[in-house]
Amino acid sequence: MTADSLAADNRAVDRLAHLRRSPLGGLADRLAAGSAPGPRGVRLREIPYLAQLNLRLDPIGPAARRVAEALGTPLPDRTASVTVTGALRVLWLGPDEWLVVGPDGTAPGVEQTLRQVLGDEPGSLVDLSANRTTLELSGPSARAVLEHGCSLDLHPRAFGPGHCAQTTVSKVQVILDQTDAEPTYRLLVRASFARYLADWLLDAMSESTP
Amino acid sequence: MSNRLPTGGRVDRSAPLRFTFDGVEYTGLRGDTLASALLANGVLTVGPSLYRERPRGIVTAGVDDPHALVQLERPHSEPMQLATTVELCDGLAAISLQGRGRLDEAPDEARYDKSYLHSDVLVVGGGPAGLAAALTAGRSGARVVLVDDQPELGGALLGGGREAIDGRPALTWVAEVRAELDAQPETRVLTRATAIGYHDQNYVLVAERRPDLPGGGGRLWHFRARQVVLATGAHERPLVFAGNDRPGVMSAAAVRSYLNRHAVLPGRRAVVFTTGDSAYATALELAAAGAAVPALVDTRPEPPAALVEAAGAAGIEVLTGSVVVGTEGEARLTGVRISALADDGSELTGPVRELACDLLAVCGGWSPAVHLWSMSRGTVRYDEQLAAFVPDSAAQAVRAVGSGRGRHDLAGCLSEGLTAGAEAATAAGFPVTAPVVPSCSGDEQPAPPRPVWLVPGEEGDPSTWRDHFVDAQRDATVADVHRAIRAGMRSVEHIKRYTTIGTAHDQGKSCGVAAIGVIAQLLGARSPGDVGTTTYRGPYVPVSFALLAGRERGPLFDPVRTTPVHPWHVRRGAVFENVGQWQRPHYYPRPGEDMDTAVWRECRAAREGVAMMDASTLGKIDVVGPDAGVFLDRLYTNGFAKLPVGSARYGVMCRADGMVFDDGVTVRLAPEHYYLTTTTGNAAAVLDWMEEWLQTEWPELRVRCTSVTEQWTTVAVVGPRSREVLAALAPGLDVSNEAFPFMTVRHTELANGVPARICRISFSGELAYEINVASWYGLAVWEAVLAYGAHAGITPYGTETMHVLRAEKGYPIVGQDTDGTVTPQDLGMAWIVARHKDFVGKRSFDRPDTSRADRKHLVGLLPVDRSELLPEGAQLVAPGADLAAVPVDPLGHVTSSYRSAALGRTFALALVRGGRDRIGDTVLAPLADGRTITATITEPVLFDPKGTRRDG
Repeated sequence: MTADSLAADNRAVDRLAHLRRSPLGGLADRLAAGSAPGPRGVRLREIPYLAQLNLRLDPIGPAARRVAEALGTPLPDRTASVTVTGALRVLWLGPDEWLVVGPDGTAPGVEQTLRQVLGDEPGSLVDLSANRTTLELSGPSARAVLEHGCSLDLHPRAFGPGHCAQTTVSKVQVILDQTDAEPTYRLLVRASFARYLADWLLDAMSESTP
Repeated sequence: MSNRLPTGGRVDRSAPLRFTFDGVEYTGLRGDTLASALLANGVLTVGPSLYRERPRGIVTAGVDDPHALVQLERPHSEPMQLATTVELCDGLAAISLQGRGRLDEAPDEARYDKSYLHSDVLVVGGGPAGLAAALTAGRSGARVVLVDDQPELGGALLGGGREAIDGRPALTWVAEVRAELDAQPETRVLTRATAIGYHDQNYVLVAERRPDLPGGGGRLWHFRARQVVLATGAHERPLVFAGNDRPGVMSAAAVRSYLNRHAVLPGRRAVVFTTGDSAYATALELAAAGAAVPALVDTRPEPPAALVEAAGAAGIEVLTGSVVVGTEGEARLTGVRISALADDGSELTGPVRELACDLLAVCGGWSPAVHLWSMSRGTVRYDEQLAAFVPDSAAQAVRAVGSGRGRHDLAGCLSEGLTAGAEAATAAGFPVTAPVVPSCSGDEQPAPPRPVWLVPGEEGDPSTWRDHFVDAQRDATVADVHRAIRAGMRSVEHIKRYTTIGTAHDQGKSCGVAAIGVIAQLLGARSPGDVGTTTYRGPYVPVSFALLAGRERGPLFDPVRTTPVHPWHVRRGAVFENVGQWQRPHYYPRPGEDMDTAVWRECRAAREGVAMMDASTLGKIDVVGPDAGVFLDRLYTNGFAKLPVGSARYGVMCRADGMVFDDGVTVRLAPEHYYLTTTTGNAAAVLDWMEEWLQTEWPELRVRCTSVTEQWTTVAVVGPRSREVLAALAPGLDVSNEAFPFMTVRHTELANGVPARICRISFSGELAYEINVASWYGLAVWEAVLAYGAHAGITPYGTETMHVLRAEKGYPIVGQDTDGTVTPQDLGMAWIVARHKDFVGKRSFDRPDTSRADRKHLVGLLPVDRSELLPEGAQLVAPGADLAAVPVDPLGHVTSSYRSAALGRTFALALVRGGRDRIGDTVLAPLADGRTITATITEPVLFDPKGTRRDG
C-alpha cells in the first residue's frame, strides 16, 4: 500500500463525510459515561467506518502469494489468527476466508490493489466496510466484561493479541480481534446489532465501573 | 426458650440479627441459617405436610431437608426456599409453607447475570477432599476453580469439632489452605456457589448466590474444565419406621452440625438411632453439650467396642441389634419406642421399650452425592460393604473423591483429594506430585454399617404401614410403595412415578436411596443394587427462572435490529412491527389517523403519486465466481446463467421436496458477480442453504457467497411519479423507460454525491426503483429522496401498505401465503419452473402428490359484502357444507386479507383446494364468533392484471 493511494482515498471520503452516520454515532456520550479508568476499569468506544474487505480465495494458489506480496504479509493460515501489516490487520475467518481491516477510507485503494493481483484467479473480494461497525472494549476488566457473554476461553494462555474469532457475545455475532494485551478487544458487529451489543456491554460494564 | 449454647460455634455473638418467622420476632446471630436461628429460639416445627397436614419439623442442615420450605418476604421475596440453606440477615422475614410457594407480583429487583469461565481443573466441593484436590492442582500453576455451596469452606468439618490435622484443629488447616489458594494467581475460589448441572465436555453449570448485591441476586457460571474433581460429599439417609416424620426426628449429622457450627442444642433429651459409626460422635457431643442421652440405638448386634465404651463412659446406654419402631407426641416428639430386630431384619424380636425424649437423631447410613457424577453419564454401582451407591466408571475427564465416593474418614478424604488434584493437573498439562498426607485424628475409618431399609411395624403388614414415611415431602409411605408393587410395577422408575417419591423440591436427595431400599425389601430383592437408582437430573438444587434469564430480560431480552433510517422513522412517529428481530415501520399515522386510514392514504400515494419505503431489511448476498450462474441455476427454479449483465430477474427457490423456500430478485452486476436478495426473515437461512450445497454437494463449483445485507441501505421509490423524483435525485442518470427499462440496474452518483446502485424492480406493480447506497449514507439518502420528492407529495409507507400493494397484484409472501407445503405451481407460477434444466426440488414435481389436480392453489377472494374483512387464517368451506360434521370438510384457508384503496373494497388471498378450477365459485368462512362470511373465488391478481402501470 502506498501512501499516495491511501491519501487519494481519504479525499473521496472527506467530500462525503458530512453525510455519513455510524451506527453508534449518537451513543458516544453514553459509551464514554459508562467507561471508567483505574486498575479495575474498562472503556468502551466506537471506531466507526473502518475499512473491511472480505477476501476469499484458494489459500495455496498463486493468487494467495500475489496477495501476500501486495499486502506485505502472508495471509494468516493458522486458525483464528491475525497478521498486521502497516495500518492493515488481516483476520483469518476460515480456511479460505479473510477480513482485511484498515483505517477509514482505505477500502477503495486496498480493493483496487487486491483486485489487480487476484487477476483471473477465482476468488471474491467484497467491500463490507459499511456492513459492520467496530466497538473497542479495553482496560483491566475488559476480559471479565466479555466473559459475561462470550463462551470462548479468553485467558491470556488461550487468547491474546494476534488472535481473532467469529463468535457470539450475548446474543450477537461478532468478529472478536484482540489488539493488545491490556487487554484491548475489537468487536466487529453488524450495524443493526450494534445498538443492542453496546447496551449489553454497558450493562455488563456497570459491575466493573460502579 | 433459648437453645443457644453459651460458647462455641461459628457464629458472631457480637452481631445479633432480628428476624421474623410466621410473624413472630426472634433474634439470631451472624453465621446462622434461618433453620439454626429457629432452632436456637426453640422453634422446630415448620409448615405442615402437603397432603396429610401432619406437623413437620426441621430435619437436616442443608440442601436435602425434606420439610423446611419457607417463603422469604424480606430482604427479597423468594418462594420455596429451604430454611436450612437461607443465610440469616438482619430484618429477614419468612413464613412457613405447606408445599407450594407464590411468586411476588412486584418487580424483582435482584440482579442475576451469567459468566463463562474456563479452567484446567474444576473442583466441586470445599470439604477436606475438595480442598486437598484444589491445593495440589493449584500448586501446579494450572488454572483451578474451586466451588462450594456454603458461605465458608470446610464442608463437613464445619459441623465437626473433634477432627484434627497435623495435630491442630482441622479448621486451622482449612484456613491455611484457603489462604494458599487465594495467593495462587490462577486459582479462583467461589463460595455460595452450587454446581447444578454437569453436561458434555466437562461443561458444568454453577449457581452462585450473591446476597451482597443491594437487591440480592446471583450468577450462573458456565464452566468448561479440562479436568473435573467431584468432592461433593454425602447425604445422611433417613430410616423408614413408624412415625419417622414427627418434628424432633432429625438427621444425626445435622444435629451435630447445629451443635458445633451454630452452637445450638436442638433438644434436651435425645435418643440416637444409627446403622453405623458416625452417629456416635453426635451422641457424645450432645452429652458433652449438656443434653441427656438416655440411649443410643444401634442396628448392629456388635458395634465397635471402642465406640460402645466411649458411649458408656458418657453415660449413654447402647442398645445393640435394635431399632426405633415408633414415636410419640403431637406437635413435637415426646418419646420413642425401641425393640430388638431379628438378624434377618424381618421381624421385631424383643419387648418394646419406651423412652421419653424430645429429639431423635437418626443416621440411616450415608449416600454419596453422586448426582453430578451421574449427570456426567458416569455409572454408579451398589457397594454392599458401604451399603451405598458409589461412582463406578467415568464417562468424562472426571474423578470422584472423598465421601462423594464412599470414603468417609478424614485421612482417606485428604489422601484421595491430594492424589486426584495432582492427577487432574498433570492430565491437564501441569505435572505435579501429591504431597504427603498429613496425620489426621478424630475421624477414623468407620466399621461397616448394618443397613435396615424398613423397620417392621409393631402390627399389620406393609400394606397398612401408612405412617412409615418414605418421602415425607410427598406424604408417600411404605403402604404406597406396597400398592405400586401390588399394581404390578417392578422398575424403580415406574414406582417413582406411581408414588411420586423423589419428585418434590429436594428431588429425592434425602429419601431417594431409602426408597430404593424399601422397594428392594418389598420386592424381595437381594439388595438395593438389584433395584438400581432412578435417573439423576439437573439442576441439583432448585434455581429460579430469573437466574436462568440473567440480564436477557426487559430491554436486553433479545436484539432489536434497526436500519440506518430508524431514527427518522421514530421522529416521524411510525408505528413499528417486529419482523423477526427487525423492527420495521408498520405505518406512519398522521395525527388523528388510525391504522386503516393511514394505510389507505399510503396505498393511494403509491398508486396515484409517489411513495417511499425503507427496504433495507431485505437479505442481500453477493454471489461471486466463474460458476455463479451455474450455481444459481441449480438453486432457483428458473434460469440465471444467461441473465444479461445489468439485468435483474425474479426467482423462486425450493427445498428438495419441491416446496417454495424463498423468493427474491437477483441482479447480475458483472459476468461473475450476482447480487441476490432474499426475504427479510430468510436471509440467514438462504445463505446457510447456499453454503450447504456448495460445501457438501458441489464443492467443485468456483463460487463464493458473502452476506452484504447491512452493507446496503435500500430505499424503494414507488408510484407513477417516481421517475420524476429519481430524475431530480440522480441528475446524471437517464431515467427514461428506454434508457433504464424494467428489471435493469444502473450505477450513478446521486445529487448529494453518494454513489448508488439503482434497480428498477417493483413489488407493487407500479413504476418503482430501489436505491441502494452504502448503509452509512442511508439516512442522508432517505432524507434526500424525501426532499426531492417533496414537490410530488412523496409519502413514506410501512410494511402494511407494502403488503396491501403486493397482494392486490397477487404477489405471494413466502411464509405468509406459503407454509412449506406449497409448490410454485400451487402459487400459479408454473411459468417460473424451468423444464430443461435441473434444480433443487425439480424431481419432486414428478411425484404424484405434487401433480394432483386438487392441491391447494393460491386464489383471490372477494367478500360479497365489500366492506367485510376476512380474518387471516379463517377456514373456508363449500356452501352447503355440513358444519356439524366431524371433521368439517375443509376447502382451505385465508392467508392474507386487506382493505384495498385501489379496489375500493376488501379482498383476500387464500389457499383453496383445486382453487383454480373454482374461479367464480362461492365459499363460506364460518367464524368463531358465529358469523359466516361469503366470498367469491377469483384470480389472485386483482389490480391491473395486464401490468399496464409498470412503466409509469
